[in-house]
Amino acid sequence: MIDVLYFAWLRERIGIGKEQVQTDAATVADLVEELKAREDRYASAFADVSSLRVAVDQELTTFDAPLNDAREVAFFPPMTGG
Amino acid sequence: MRIQVQADPFDPGTELNTFPQSADGVGAVVSFTGVVRDDTGTLRHMEIEHYPGMTERAIMSIAEEAQTRWALIAVLIIHRHGRLLPQEPIMMVATAAAHRKAAFEAADFLMDYLKSRAPFWKKEVSENGETCVAAKEEDETALTRW
Repeated sequence: MIDVLYFAWLRERIGIGKEQVQTDAATVADLVEELKAREDRYASAFADVSSLRVAVDQELTTFDAPLNDAREVAFFPPMTGG
Repeated sequence: MRIQVQADPFDPGTELNTFPQSADGVGAVVSFTGVVRDDTGTLRHMEIEHYPGMTERAIMSIAEEAQTRWALIAVLIIHRHGRLLPQEPIMMVATAAAHRKAAFEAADFLMDYLKSRAPFWKKEVSENGETCVAAKEEDETALTRW
């Protein structure tokens, strides 16, 4: 089980901030494909991953990153701090 | 190094007065305060969302990187989340070093990285509705300076 988190407009579009996902996905991109296949709201949220960022176990990474034993994957739009 | 991620307001003047400018060897203190701007006069408030846990880790890692690049004697980073009113301080960065160049450059570096590598997301709530603040291309290209 992996905790999957969504932030900002992605959270609003999917309708939840956090869920547990049962997956054997090897990479972040594989996990995204599994999520997109679930329902339209996921497909629409992940339609253009070039406009999204991902963190695995709270470290920024890329969509081709392996999941290995990841406990937490977070998806969000580009950050706007400062 | 002091890092605070908080919902409560803070007073940049008070923070700066207690920032260790009297510590041994300090010859320069630089500070930056970011403030909620209301360009159109219609802003009710700003909502800042963050990623608890990762936020602190990401800021710590950015501050540690600054410390390896410049000879800093002290670093202070405060960033708020939650609901902020126009003109309230959003965040502040302060750096102390022996000389001004290191203090200025490190503060500039910290700001560039906090803007696009710390997991915060701003939303503006105005009389006309809600708008997520979009990241700017120039914020990303600013990182290539370093």
